[in-house]
Amino acid sequence: MIVAKRKPIEEIIEEAQGYEKILLVGCNECVTVCEAGGKKEVAVLASALRMHFMNQGKDVKIEEVTLERQCDHEYLEELRNQIDQYDAVISLACGVGVQFMAEKYMSMPVLPGVDTCFMGVTEERGVWSERCQGCGSCMLAKTAGICPVSRCAKRLFNGPCGGSTDGHCEIDKDVICGWQLIVDRLTKLDKLDDYEVLMPIKDWSTERAGGPRKVVREDVMQ
Amino acid sequence: MKTKTPSKLEKILSAGHLAVTSECGPPRGSDPEAITKKAELIKDHVDAINITDNQTSVVRLSSLASCIHLKLMGVEPILQMVVRDRNRIALQSDILGAASFDIHNILCLSGDHQQFGDSAQGQNVFDIDSMQLIQTVRHMRDEGKFLGGDEIKRPPNMFVGAAANPFADPFEIRTPRLAKKIAAGVEFIQTQCIYNLDKFELWMQQARDRGLHEKAYIMAGVTPFKSAGMAKYMKNRVPGMDVPDDVVKRMAGVPKEKQAEEGINICVETIERLKECEGVSGFHIMAIEWEEKVPGIVERSGLYPRPEV
Repeated sequence: MIVAKRKPIEEIIEEAQGYEKILLVGCNECVTVCEAGGKKEVAVLASALRMHFMNQGKDVKIEEVTLERQCDHEYLEELRNQIDQYDAVISLACGVGVQFMAEKYMSMPVLPGVDTCFMGVTEERGVWSERCQGCGSCMLAKTAGICPVSRCAKRLFNGPCGGSTDGHCEIDKDVICGWQLIVDRLTKLDKLDDYEVLMPIKDWSTERAGGPRKVVREDVMQ
Repeated sequence: MKTKTPSKLEKILSAGHLAVTSECGPPRGSDPEAITKKAELIKDHVDAINITDNQTSVVRLSSLASCIHLKLMGVEPILQMVVRDRNRIALQSDILGAASFDIHNILCLSGDHQQFGDSAQGQNVFDIDSMQLIQTVRHMRDEGKFLGGDEIKRPPNMFVGAAANPFADPFEIRTPRLAKKIAAGVEFIQTQCIYNLDKFELWMQQARDRGLHEKAYIMAGVTPFKSAGMAKYMKNRVPGMDVPDDVVKRMAGVPKEKQAEEGINICVETIERLKECEGVSGFHIMAIEWEEKVPGIVERSGLYPRPEV
């Protein structure tokens, strides 16, 4: 899923200054699972904002809605008939949803309500960690199913670097060395000899470096 | 072995001499004397001098410019190049820049993560990794071509080195990792500072078992401790460093004013012992901001005078 974290309330308040009717829009997908932008978090943020503006003596109307997704036209369209009642939207979806909302409702200010972080997993409730950077050309078959792009702080294809200590990355004792994981998996798979295969220089043109990306599937287009 | 480049370091190693290199860190400013004065202190006692490349991710005068200063004073430089800060365009361009000054040695490194330095909020690049940089330099030199495939007019002519850390984890791939660097085309290795001699000798044994010591020249890295505090710091705070307790204890066991001398003693003893270790082709003495001690270490270790080649 796409993992996001809640934005500091002060930051949201500052961006929301001057608006009198604000719609908070949650998303029922990834940000609900990572407890940053689902229905519950929308309610919490709405209460906090109402309290803030009340204490300031300002009459600001805050309303709440949570859509099934904000990355698909059909769900964003559900706001079509009501969105003009507001003078700003705070979207608690990931950056994808915030932008799709902004593209769709061109004259509506759309503010982000979360900080979008990465594509990752729920390690345990309250702990999410990164697994994929969407490089556009998956190499996991060659690295024992552990990604050196997202799990190594230097994204080394022929790691580890000299900073790997007791299974930890040199940047932080709380960060596991991705290459330790790769070596551990290769050992378990009885494929440690594969470690010596030199990984070729990567073509990064399918990654962010190649500019904004698009996947087009003519066979499924309508 | 036959030499492939005009590198003096390669000539010394291939003639079977124990080579001696040292290193200088460039200044945090643009005064060239900060480099030339350090080099002046050690140039008669070493065969070549490494210039570090923004080590510990702190911004410094560039490695390439510093190497040019050495070259201009007749000292053989080893250009350290990390892949942290430059993409394949900049790396190849700087290799050509170095080659245009007839810099004949390069050390290919990953580089410390930027969070250790003064630019923790900066981007890193890591377009290619250190193994791939080894391949890149060899490709440019041997094929006379850029990574993109075009021909290079007057290709670089560099003796290609890399670092090896016998003490980093996971230990089971330390020797395979050396083999991998050799397969990538590395010709000389400078190791991480050695304090755990037993572990180093085990690593060398494993390297010899695979004949790796005959495929690349392995230079043992040593760094003298200035104080017991430095020994403790290196043990506890520097990633990938292995300082055994008895070494820390030995440093702490002498009065403060004698600790520097003890640090030098340990360094000389390490060199003496590793001179006997089959497969060790030389020594890389990293006296961090303590360059004036290098000549004494070289002399006491019986490595002076340096051979003429």
